[in-house]
Amino acid sequence: MTQSAQTTAAPQVPAATQPILSVRDLRVYFEIRAAEGWLTKSQTLRAVDGVTFDLFPGETLGVVGESGCGKSTMARAVLGLVPVTSGEVIFDGKNLAQLDSSAMRAERQHLQIIFQDPLASLDPRMTVGQIIGEPLRSFFPRMSASERQAKVAEMMGHVGLLPEQINRYPHEFSGGQAQRIGIARALILRPEVVICDEPVSALDVSIKAQILNLLSDLQARFGLSLLFIAHDLASVRHASRRVMVLYLGKVMELAPWQEIYRTPLHPYTQALIAAIPPADPRRARSNPAKPLAGELPSPIAPPSGCVFRTRCPYAIDRCAAEVPALRHVGESLVACHLAEQSQESRPKPSPTNS
Amino acid sequence: MPTDPAPSLLEVRNVTVEFATHEGTVRAVTEVDFNLAAGETLAIVGESGSGKSQMLLSLLGLTARNGRISGSARFKGEELVGASAKRLNQIRGAEIGFVFQDPMTSLNPYLTIAQQITEPLTVHRRVDQAAAREQAIEMLQAVHITEPERRMRQYPHQLSGGMRQRVAIAMALICRPSLLIADEPTTALDVTVQAQVLALLREIRQQFGTAVILVTHDLGVIAEVADRVNVMYAGRIVETGPVDEIFYNCRHPYTQALERSIPQLDVSRLDRLVAIAGSPPSLLHVPPGCAFHPRCPYRFDPCDKKVPPLEIVAEGHSKACFYEGALDHQPQAETGMTEIA
Repeated sequence: MTQSAQTTAAPQVPAATQPILSVRDLRVYFEIRAAEGWLTKSQTLRAVDGVTFDLFPGETLGVVGESGCGKSTMARAVLGLVPVTSGEVIFDGKNLAQLDSSAMRAERQHLQIIFQDPLASLDPRMTVGQIIGEPLRSFFPRMSASERQAKVAEMMGHVGLLPEQINRYPHEFSGGQAQRIGIARALILRPEVVICDEPVSALDVSIKAQILNLLSDLQARFGLSLLFIAHDLASVRHASRRVMVLYLGKVMELAPWQEIYRTPLHPYTQALIAAIPPADPRRARSNPAKPLAGELPSPIAPPSGCVFRTRCPYAIDRCAAEVPALRHVGESLVACHLAEQSQESRPKPSPTNS
Repeated sequence: MPTDPAPSLLEVRNVTVEFATHEGTVRAVTEVDFNLAAGETLAIVGESGSGKSQMLLSLLGLTARNGRISGSARFKGEELVGASAKRLNQIRGAEIGFVFQDPMTSLNPYLTIAQQITEPLTVHRRVDQAAAREQAIEMLQAVHITEPERRMRQYPHQLSGGMRQRVAIAMALICRPSLLIADEPTTALDVTVQAQVLALLREIRQQFGTAVILVTHDLGVIAEVADRVNVMYAGRIVETGPVDEIFYNCRHPYTQALERSIPQLDVSRLDRLVAIAGSPPSLLHVPPGCAFHPRCPYRFDPCDKKVPPLEIVAEGHSKACFYEGALDHQPQAETGMTEIA
């Protein structure tokens, strides 16, 4: 119920299988110099603060949280793109957090990332064929140009691009097509784990659905394990069976989708769901989207105890004194002192105002 | 078309916006007609390139230099198309407030909140500094900014994203305009902050009676705040009607497709989303006839030859589509692989 619970959070859904990726107590701290009157002072920004989870082969784990929750930093830390302060990232028996840069580079063949802004993540001076083929060029320098070309053309087919587009440049593509190029580049090395960092947030509604469907097709075809990061629960819902909710660098709740949606245990998860506008005018009139009171605290000076307590309608004295451990409650993992109590027996929500 | 007895605050007739580019003339907005009543919230929904933002910017003389607007737009009876730059300057900020997707579009990073929020009052209303300050603090309270006196001394970078957007809204409302134009005001915000801004938009209508034109691509946002909806595709209005009609009785295949492609939270079922095949057209190459026909599951003979006119289907509800049957097609299983190049 204390420290150890944070680090021994056991696998849940596919009980028998071994995780393909295990993250244990991952911390990413940045030293920043902040102005304080006339002086500048070194301070620690806790972007990711003790995140633990498992990713199982062939599954999609959704990661949800709002700006500043550390979701993108966490993704980059898993891939060694930002330095890890402490903790483990176990892939294929190796702790990626301790590899040197050349060993980490070699591992990236197996772990790839798809970025949010498709056009910004493609080099405007390279053709589509060069962009998609570049990982092959760098990992298999002796592969012949014709073989590389053939692999690129095949992958373009898988992501729904036409072979004759191979010599075009990124600016000639719409946002949705550019995201297909980004996906093809991430998959060309046949990685096992793909991190999708808000892959549909920048896309139009009609295109969003196409790309979500494409990702699930490709996952089935290549047996990919996906870490699917999003800021909204609805997109994650269509991609993931399990969802992890982050707030201020910490895991608040990690549970199968049905639990997250039907019986969210953490007050922050409840707030995230209550804030979604329902796309149904009658329901919106009777039950409008509910704002979350207050502002996100600074990750330089996070609140004591539970980091969510400053905005939590149920907060009690214990929440300021003691960090709630992430622990099993039913099928969920929850970090809330009141998680075991039913909704009715919780302390009355205090009237909140921003 | 005007079916409500309330006098129109804004009457837009046959507005077309064109841009001369080196690749040819791009028509961003084509023959758009609509009315806005005082105090009403009208949502304009459409995807990238549907002309939803350009139409509003050009009405207020904010088009790029290569842009040209024709048609008529009467605001409180006064013609905006062809009005002098000086007159449009007087209207913008005083009579019509603007809020953009990124609050930093309207906020100046070098000025304190106090300096920028009081400026419209001193410019348009010739209010003295002390009175302007007082009104600014009141308006910040109205948009739920805590400790307004302290915030007034701060710079935009010291505020969170949600607070900046609320300050931008306060600034747009400070002269008590009768119309607020909000262009994707919540798109860049987190969902809990979005809910704050939506609640605020509802309060503004109640408290100040401000009419709102809300440009968005998010149907959830529309369901929360809109009275009426214009659906735009490739520069034209393809369907318009009261919000309930648009959600529960939509008559245009594009509107239906948009509604079906929203990721839903409470689906018990299939994980597959119903996607619309293809992408929105480039305005340089708008398909002939109905611009939506290449993506439409209901298309038939006339669709690629004639542009369907906007016709009334029910009170206050019009659509531009030749298909008269029920929209009951189960869209074909879309594989995500069928994008048209």
